[in-house]
Amino acid sequence: MSNLIVFPLLIPFLAAIILLFIRKSVTAERILSIIAGIATILVSGWLVIDVYNQGVISYAVGGWDPPFGIALVADPLSALLVLFASIVVFVCVLFSIKGIDEVRVKFYFYPLVQFLLLGVIGAFLTGDIFNLFVFFEVLLMASYGLITLGGSRAQLQESIKYVLINVISSAFFIAAVAYLYAVVGTLNIAHLSERVAEIGQPGIVTVIAFLFLIVFGMKAAIFPLYFWLPGSYSAPPPVITALFAGLLTKVGIYAIMRIFTIIFHHQPQITHMVLEILAILTMVVGVIGAVAYNDMQKVVVYNVVAGVGFIIFGISSFNEAGLFGAGFYLLHDMLIKAALFLLIGAIMIVTQTSSMKNASGLIKQYPLLGWSFLIAALSLAGIPPFSGFFGKLYLFQGGIEAGQYISVIIMIFVSLLLLYSVMRIFFNVVLGEENHASQNEKANIKGLLYPSMILLFLSFVMGFGAEFFVPHLTNAAEVLLNPEIYIEAVLKE
Amino acid sequence: MEILMAITVGVLFMVGTYLLLSKSLLKVVISLMLLSHGAHLLLLTMAGLQTGAPPLLSLEAASYTDPLPQALILTAIVISFGVTSFLLVLAYRTYKEHKTDDLDQLRGSADE
Repeated sequence: MSNLIVFPLLIPFLAAIILLFIRKSVTAERILSIIAGIATILVSGWLVIDVYNQGVISYAVGGWDPPFGIALVADPLSALLVLFASIVVFVCVLFSIKGIDEVRVKFYFYPLVQFLLLGVIGAFLTGDIFNLFVFFEVLLMASYGLITLGGSRAQLQESIKYVLINVISSAFFIAAVAYLYAVVGTLNIAHLSERVAEIGQPGIVTVIAFLFLIVFGMKAAIFPLYFWLPGSYSAPPPVITALFAGLLTKVGIYAIMRIFTIIFHHQPQITHMVLEILAILTMVVGVIGAVAYNDMQKVVVYNVVAGVGFIIFGISSFNEAGLFGAGFYLLHDMLIKAALFLLIGAIMIVTQTSSMKNASGLIKQYPLLGWSFLIAALSLAGIPPFSGFFGKLYLFQGGIEAGQYISVIIMIFVSLLLLYSVMRIFFNVVLGEENHASQNEKANIKGLLYPSMILLFLSFVMGFGAEFFVPHLTNAAEVLLNPEIYIEAVLKE
Repeated sequence: MEILMAITVGVLFMVGTYLLLSKSLLKVVISLMLLSHGAHLLLLTMAGLQTGAPPLLSLEAASYTDPLPQALILTAIVISFGVTSFLLVLAYRTYKEHKTDDLDQLRGSADE
């Protein structure tokens, strides 16, 4: 048993605590955040390699064997997600050097970011359903802090709603855990899976599964529960929105993926059908929003909603191609959504507006920014050399194998419209006549641009080097499809 | 006994939901407290209310009550306490800034 799995949790935690004490010194905070970010990436990269070599790694915290103690579990998917989450946070920390004002930094911006990373990584790695709740609260508390940080009028107004929604979903989470504990009498995810399989998932367990779907759907912003997202994601500064879009909804999706493949997979004709319908509705709602708005930030926010739909659809196919696609698309989506929000943030700093109508002709003064935005847009839509393509390809394949033909056709149309929605930003804002507010003085956006270049480069690597990811994600899909692998690794029977 | 507790929890959730849909921000905060009370009681009830000694080994009883849900509730209580205090301060700040606690007036974009 190796302690390696604890380090991705430990580094952000210790970094956050030290950062709390040095808040006055902005430079020291930045240096420490960058060091902690690099360390987390290295450790999680090591974890990914370890998981690839050894299969699912389970670690009993405190030496109490599961199901009695809390287990930390790294399977191929969660290890990759931890790596990508730490990359997104590292890039956002780099962006924040120029992209956020010193007042916010002095009031605990960096500690909150590290706590957010801690919660996200914890939610990815935990093997215990109540521990998942606690890590959810860790990341939510940090996100409450981040969304209100600065305290502008719009932020206060939107964060009230954000906090309310999340408190309600936390109460539902506790209720769902209570019901599940009453039925099966355990909290460890592997043990839960075993016990639910023993009783063959009767009606009551399916009801609890839907209660969990409501809880995680609220965090992941699936169709009827997405209403809080557009408002709360447009209020805070761009770097915070990039963090949220890259991490928060993805944690909800990961939780849905985990519970519906490992615990509640015995009645797919009910649960996965509902997932399919909700996924399609989520995509349609997302794409309607993305096409409707003239506000750049809103367009990308609704793209987040549509992206959630794609991944949930992969889970609903429930075959190897579908789950592979869902995993690939999830990773790609983390990178590209964070990159898009950072680019939009840079564009907004240049043009001083988020409306598409008041800005145009960026390409003459900021060619690099313009072309990177084009690459991000193409990658988002899934044009072959970039990373979005393979995820969608496998999602379509999984859908066709599962006989979900109509849904696949809808998905293709949704992809086209999503391409239209981001290309509209490109044609209106980046191309065209020069007429933005700061056209006389060229704003210095060097520091704002290279962080998103890192993400775009990684997305490019994911697209061109997809073969490198295939074995690992095939393992991930295999674990998701065969819960026995997971159970055996955790309970060691 | 579980039936009685279930009804109590149901009433707590009912009142919580009703207050949640009201206009005043403070009533909404109170509703969230009621919701979390309901959730905590539910956790206690669902584990079973069988009689037994408090979970203290020094009592040397034949049977004890289930210690796990008590630990879970304790965790959930401190979390919801933290969130509630944050929410109250947030509501106070919003009242100071927007000069209203009417949620209808807090709709839409603030700069419109």
